Amino acid sequence: MKISLHWLREWVDTGDDVPALAHALTMAGIEIEGMHKVAPPLSGIVVGEVLAADKHPDADKLRVCRVSSGTAELQIVCGAPNVRVGMKAPLALIGARLPSGVEIKGAKLRGIESSGMLCSAKELGLNDDTSGLFELPSHLVTGQSLVQALALDDTVLEVNLTPNRGDCMSVVGVAREVAAARDTRLKGPTLAAVAATISDTFDVKLSAGNACPKYVGRVIRGVTLNAQSPFWLQERLRRAGVRPISAIVDVTNYVMLELGQPMHAYDLGKLHGYIDVRLAKTGEQIALLHDRTIELTDDVLVIADAVKPVGFAGVMGGADSAIGDATVDVMLESAHFAPDGVAGRGRRYGIVTDASQRFERGVDPQLQERAIERATQLLLECAGGKAGPTVVHRAQQGIHSAAPIRLRHLRVEHVLGTRIEAALMEKLLQRLGMHMTRSAVTPVEWQVVPPSWRFDIHIEEDLIEEVARLYGFDNIPEANPSVAQDIAPWTERRLRNERAADLLVDRGYHEAITYSFTDATAQAVLFPDTALALRNPISAELGVMRLSLWPGLLQAVRENQRRQQPRVRLFEIGRRFSSKGAEDEVIGGVACGSAMAEQWGEEARDIDFFDVKADVEALLNLTGDARRIRFVAETHPALHPGQSARIYRGDKAIGWLGSIHPQHQRALDLTYRTVVFEIETAAGFESVLPQFAEISKYPAIRRDLALIVDEAVAVDALRDVVRAAAGELLRDVSVFSVYRGKQFDKGKKSIALGLHLQDTSRTLTDPEADAIVAQVVDRLTHRFDAVIRDK
Amino acid sequence: MTDPVQDLPTLVDAARSDIRGCTTLDELEQVRVRLLGKKGVITEQLKTLGAMDPEVKKAAGARINAAKAEITSALDARRAELDAQILAAQLAGDTIDITLPGRGQSIGGLHPITRVRRRIEQIFRAAGFTIADGPEIEDDWHNFEALNIPANHPARAMHDTFYFPDGRLLRTHTSPVQVRVMQEQKPPVRVIVPGRVYRMDSDMTHTPMFHQVEGLVIDEGITFANLKAVLHGFMQSLFEKDVKMRLRPSYFPFTEPSAEVDISCVACGGSGCRVCKQTGWLEVAGCGVVHPNVLKAVNIDPERYTGYAFGMGIDRLTMLRYNVGDIRMYFENDLRFLRQFA
Repeated sequence: MKISLHWLREWVDTGDDVPALAHALTMAGIEIEGMHKVAPPLSGIVVGEVLAADKHPDADKLRVCRVSSGTAELQIVCGAPNVRVGMKAPLALIGARLPSGVEIKGAKLRGIESSGMLCSAKELGLNDDTSGLFELPSHLVTGQSLVQALALDDTVLEVNLTPNRGDCMSVVGVAREVAAARDTRLKGPTLAAVAATISDTFDVKLSAGNACPKYVGRVIRGVTLNAQSPFWLQERLRRAGVRPISAIVDVTNYVMLELGQPMHAYDLGKLHGYIDVRLAKTGEQIALLHDRTIELTDDVLVIADAVKPVGFAGVMGGADSAIGDATVDVMLESAHFAPDGVAGRGRRYGIVTDASQRFERGVDPQLQERAIERATQLLLECAGGKAGPTVVHRAQQGIHSAAPIRLRHLRVEHVLGTRIEAALMEKLLQRLGMHMTRSAVTPVEWQVVPPSWRFDIHIEEDLIEEVARLYGFDNIPEANPSVAQDIAPWTERRLRNERAADLLVDRGYHEAITYSFTDATAQAVLFPDTALALRNPISAELGVMRLSLWPGLLQAVRENQRRQQPRVRLFEIGRRFSSKGAEDEVIGGVACGSAMAEQWGEEARDIDFFDVKADVEALLNLTGDARRIRFVAETHPALHPGQSARIYRGDKAIGWLGSIHPQHQRALDLTYRTVVFEIETAAGFESVLPQFAEISKYPAIRRDLALIVDEAVAVDALRDVVRAAAGELLRDVSVFSVYRGKQFDKGKKSIALGLHLQDTSRTLTDPEADAIVAQVVDRLTHRFDAVIRDK
Repeated sequence: MTDPVQDLPTLVDAARSDIRGCTTLDELEQVRVRLLGKKGVITEQLKTLGAMDPEVKKAAGARINAAKAEITSALDARRAELDAQILAAQLAGDTIDITLPGRGQSIGGLHPITRVRRRIEQIFRAAGFTIADGPEIEDDWHNFEALNIPANHPARAMHDTFYFPDGRLLRTHTSPVQVRVMQEQKPPVRVIVPGRVYRMDSDMTHTPMFHQVEGLVIDEGITFANLKAVLHGFMQSLFEKDVKMRLRPSYFPFTEPSAEVDISCVACGGSGCRVCKQTGWLEVAGCGVVHPNVLKAVNIDPERYTGYAFGMGIDRLTMLRYNVGDIRMYFENDLRFLRQFA
């Protein structure tokens, strides 16, 4: 909200130090987020009057003017298209300096002397209008300093109000806060009632008394057709950011900006029968001022006449009864709407207006009469006409008046954590217009009645806040509470996300953060399942919740490849969302490009499944439960059918690892083979505590076995059989070679296993080891048709 | 046959010369065998002693042994020399260009937001806070109603909310977790809640997803003064600077009194710069005393218990901590950006 300092100073003494005023208001909760002078410093500029404007003898586009500066007549050569005899325009005298830095000097233009310059608004830094001279209102006194004539030494304060302070959405509202902060009183122009000169009235019914308990109306007849408001009033509107339209509309806006009461003016000639403030009928329509027709529901309050709705109550007037060029009779409306009766209705249709913002926050229910008198006075001044009597209509329900609030001195100190004298508290609240009555009890208590404009004050805490902000948050000390020593649980049975992230970082991955919503089409390439769609996405590319971290991570891969980053290893910890909206935290990763960063000592090689499998194994081994982790060949729509593994812990599936399906790789525009993984943290990160086992003092024996088996035989299956056959003396079985060659039949492969045997209580003998190996060989040949290679 | 014993000095001189002439350990060994081996010259001489007079034998024996000792010492010395030469040659041959880069896997890095989030967690943990968490898909009650923001409340306009067709929404702040924590846990409560939040806003200074951390303390006797102390201490710890702090009265429906938290600019120290838009101050958080309606909504007696809450944007704190100029970089995951925080 923009407030002119001149306007504010009509209502309260602001002091001369504007930055100090702004700071005081900000620190009292009325944030001043900017201050702008309405014009740059101007001197030597006066109101000039063009007495003659003759054609320049040697230039078609120039005129030779005689201009009065009030004290002298000057000859000035001017090229503006709109210069004409009788007009008033800013005149820069010789010696004046324009905001652009140009100093005005006497000069000859095409041989003719020119002693000064007539200016456009742009040349004075007032706005961007360069179309011609800045035409001044004719009532200005020729020769008067322009700064004085147009009140250009004004500053506009940008006020950023919090939603609870609807009472400050006016000049008077801010003036009240200034008065409280500076401990002074409002002065304000005295606003007298305007006596009626005609007896005309218009009937008003209040059918929805809860939403509209009070309606003040007044008929004004015979206004000047198409009257414009005076320059000073238009200028005040402009400084407040409101566009002047016509005298009648400008006056209603002026009163709203000054007092905070939104008003409306109807063309009386277009109203039928009477006004009824009622709830709309479902399906009823209204054409609004800004050329939009909306369909209403039965919880929307409207102003209707005998025929149809003529206004969206508290939001906007209707088009059919609007003030126009032909308006001669006016019905002025100054109504009180209860916040609950109008709040949110405008926003439902995407309409936010100056009126709706004020009404839904609450407008002083005692303000309507004052506002209509002020409006009448201004309207008669600006547009003439004769006023009928002010008629106040009240609904039976009446206006809910605020109950007194109990305020306990000790409670204030208890909440704020500091001592504040009761007398001071009382004074602070009184400055805000609170009515304080001390109760006859100790410790001190009050019954407090807030002023009628403070819709936000209902409970004791509301008052505590008022005390605190006027006392000054800065004056409340910092204090630590006495130390609590409640010990929080700290589990060792779950791998911490931090540790998991650190492991991947140490193995070369960068952490990514991708959006939780993603592109439906790109996601559907990988995941045919339905995703949860947003009703109001910010864009189609961010339209559905992610079913996996992969779509976002793969997009990051693609973007990085576009930025000449071919080697990408990324991981993310975040949630994925089912089509029903269930959330699972997962850790996901992608890797593509060379296995190692380019370096001199390693052969360059592209990353493959097993590089990433090692990372996943390392990650899961942190849980201390490596023995129960299994990778099982299963297919996933996103993954290469021959290079995908479901990850199990015991018999519980916890994630996937695999290469992106080559088809998808192409569809997603990925240059390189890309390996991905994703693991649920809830089940995947459960950890087991290490359990000590005795270390054998006796030597171990190693026996190697080279087997030829079918391609289809999984190494895990071989190892399982080896473990079962070898029994408890087998410490470990390693895989140290996988080989395919011409010497084997097609479809066969050679696997070399290392068996590590050891007893904890005695030295194992060679014959014992041989017997175990024989048992293993027997089971392997039996089970897999394995052939043992001679060594 | 000349008296070999008499020729000993000549023999020793010759041996010395031979030993000096050896350039390899093999040659030296051959010389040693020729002189001191089983059939070596000295060994042969010693064998002649047996036939001598005891008188002569004693003197001759002493001379021969002296010669043997001299030769042995010459051999040892030469061997040491050769060993040293060999080692020197080996070392020279082994010398590498130690300026070549190391081999192996390179290291990655954490996202800058995670770095700051971890700092925040560590600082508050040390002060006795625990970390809480809640759903990102929320219902209207937890996100708004229970936080004293009823359906038509103007404060809803400050939250441009993402909705799902069934009326659920993406949480617009971490504050609904306050409610969930208080529903599950009776006072004393001392938690922080870091997490993702969502608002329908996307421009130079807004991303539709960002990170907040919420703090909540509920106990008997908790005051606004306590809130000031915890926030000021936190800001100083986070930025490792003696930052000044001020609270400006503000409005949040779920706290009262409410305040915006400003700290003296961490870039210029408060003298005014581009980062603080010449004001010397940075707005970094919102906070306040928990509104009694919020406590009542979760059946906590506001007469007995008071508390404070605060919320801040982790993304913004990260900007300030690492001087990140453009928040949109956060979610582009450009490796050239991410590597800067490794």
